[in-house]
Amino acid sequence: MLQELLDVIVTTLWMIVGISAIFGIFLAVSGLVYFVWNFINSKKDQFRGYGSLKTVTFGDESSVSANRVASISGVITVFLIWMIATGSNLLPFKILPVAFVGDTQFEYTATNAAGDTDKATVKVRVTPFGNSDTEKLVAPETSDGFAKDDVVMVAERRAKLLRAQRNDDGGAEEGFRVTEINGQPIEPNQIVQVDNGSVLMTGAGSLQVRPYTGPTMEALYLPPPEQVWDRFLQLNSEGYQGVGLWENVMWSLIRVVLGFFLGCLFGIPLGFAMGLNSWLRGWFDPIVEFMRPVPPLALIPLVIIWFGIGEQGKVSLLFLAALWIMIIGARAGVSGVNISKVHAAYSLGATKTQLLSKVILPNSLPEIFTAARVAMGVCWGTVVAAELVAAEKGAGKMIIAASKFQLTDIVIIGIIIIGVIGFGIDVLMRMAENKLVPWKGRG
Amino acid sequence: MSGLIVDDISMTFELPDGGNVEALKNVSIDIKEGELISVLGPSGCGKTTLLNILAGFLAPTGGKISLNNEVVTGPSSERGMVFQQGALFEWMNVSKNIGFGPSMKGTPQSDINNRVTELLGIVGLQDFSEKMIYELSGGMQQRVALARCLANDPDVILMDEPLGALDALTREKMQSLVLDIWKKTGKTIILITHSVEEALLLGERLIVMAPRPGRIHKQYNLPFAEMGVGADLREVKRHKKFGPTRDEILSMIWDMEEEIMGRTESA
Repeated sequence: MLQELLDVIVTTLWMIVGISAIFGIFLAVSGLVYFVWNFINSKKDQFRGYGSLKTVTFGDESSVSANRVASISGVITVFLIWMIATGSNLLPFKILPVAFVGDTQFEYTATNAAGDTDKATVKVRVTPFGNSDTEKLVAPETSDGFAKDDVVMVAERRAKLLRAQRNDDGGAEEGFRVTEINGQPIEPNQIVQVDNGSVLMTGAGSLQVRPYTGPTMEALYLPPPEQVWDRFLQLNSEGYQGVGLWENVMWSLIRVVLGFFLGCLFGIPLGFAMGLNSWLRGWFDPIVEFMRPVPPLALIPLVIIWFGIGEQGKVSLLFLAALWIMIIGARAGVSGVNISKVHAAYSLGATKTQLLSKVILPNSLPEIFTAARVAMGVCWGTVVAAELVAAEKGAGKMIIAASKFQLTDIVIIGIIIIGVIGFGIDVLMRMAENKLVPWKGRG
Repeated sequence: MSGLIVDDISMTFELPDGGNVEALKNVSIDIKEGELISVLGPSGCGKTTLLNILAGFLAPTGGKISLNNEVVTGPSSERGMVFQQGALFEWMNVSKNIGFGPSMKGTPQSDINNRVTELLGIVGLQDFSEKMIYELSGGMQQRVALARCLANDPDVILMDEPLGALDALTREKMQSLVLDIWKKTGKTIILITHSVEEALLLGERLIVMAPRPGRIHKQYNLPFAEMGVGADLREVKRHKKFGPTRDEILSMIWDMEEEIMGRTESA
């Protein structure tokens, strides 16, 4: 227990180092772009609005706005780092050396049982990742001496064992062994560098051919952008596992909309009831206050036990995710009504029903919208998580299935789409809010 | 007898620790139809409580209020109220706010429109009928509040420091407007204020209240409201009786405040 705790702490400390390094690089690029941009701009006449005449800007939050140039260069930098780290073909030239792909060769010297030596060539063809239809190398038939030439086909970044003596004359005899690679002596468990890679002699005397991998990331861990884009086009036309890309996304969205709708349908009236009536507030208060801090993700197992993995379970889960948020939003909306508005409405002859529909409802709309934005965000996160656990369709289902086949590009596409849609939902909600409650914050 | 009768009102709040606060004790006022009354007093004298009881938002613990021989039991459109601030409906434009009362009663839309147009003229907001509330200045908002209250044609208008949050210039204009409306409509108006000058200008009858327990301390019958109708209020303030009365009331309230402070310190 103590040891485990210690391990976690040590790992965390190392993470501080790693995260600092990543942020450091990113910030350094940011600083560089800043100076370049300011240098270019210093020669132009600057626009002088009211804001530019403020002398106190540090600490004045109103004078800080997102610099568009910085935003765009930041995103470009993320893509650049991605491309450099993966050795993307989109770059005009490779900044980091990439893994070797193509044909190379080395020479080995063999000593037979009689003590004679002979040299033979090993031709190596390194095939690109995931590309199996490369032309096969054919071993040359003619060779002088007892050592015969070999061919090796190996995938990018993979190693392959070669028993070089297998096709040599007398290769099976006792005392036959490989002694040199490219003229350098080699013993078992030693490595010799050759063109575009290295060769390791195993304990049993076989050769392990290791093409050069370089510092770039393997596509299995992080595919380059063009590969992700190609996969996106492929998914767009063919789908994955028989389900179209947008069909997956649509199903996730449909669940969110239905669950959110149910949450609003029951949550808003309940919240109003709790804001308007002491008995009902007392009745529901313990349940709401208990359920509110329970993360919806913790309900997934129970929901699966109760409803199975079908749509009803998903929609129920999202209903529960949205319900408490909407109740609390509506309740806060009612309690936010200025008492003099209520008094005014009654003095003007409004009935209780009129007060509810003409005063309390519109007055709590800003609060309800805030709650709806939060609920939508939570629902979207919850639906993806629920689909990761069990689903037949959906964005979460697509990425978890792809991850089982190590199709990292599909996983990345899924994450990007989930992020874009989550952002899109929030933008739409904010637009609706500005349209429907223009008086928000100006009361 | 018609008019608004405040008959021996008492209001005692119980505190959580078992003590009592007498916000009002044996307050009686007879208000004739069309009277303009201003109520003045130091903070804590119960003047807002009195207004809330008049409006029907609070039930007194003793005594009763009756309007035109009917006992007041709750809020009603007979007793319109103008609040200090924040009582307008931000989700409606100026016209909708003013027409709120009539539309609650199901008045036909064309009648509401005519009434709203007429009231917009009275409060001088003809060009702002389609504006939203948050687009108006504080003074304009209070004009809307006045118009909204008048739209219901109430018998009594209760004003809870309606001009308290306005700057001095706007306030003066609004004081003239209140006098105009009073004269034009003949409504009974009861106005609560913190400002001694305002109480003098806008009260045919001025009631000074005293705290602990909240009670009527002194009443004045004043000529200034009548003089101020259609006249320059600064002219009214130069009247030879205005200054001395103001000073008398100011020192009266000053003494009450001193007394409260003294009592709090010794307690």
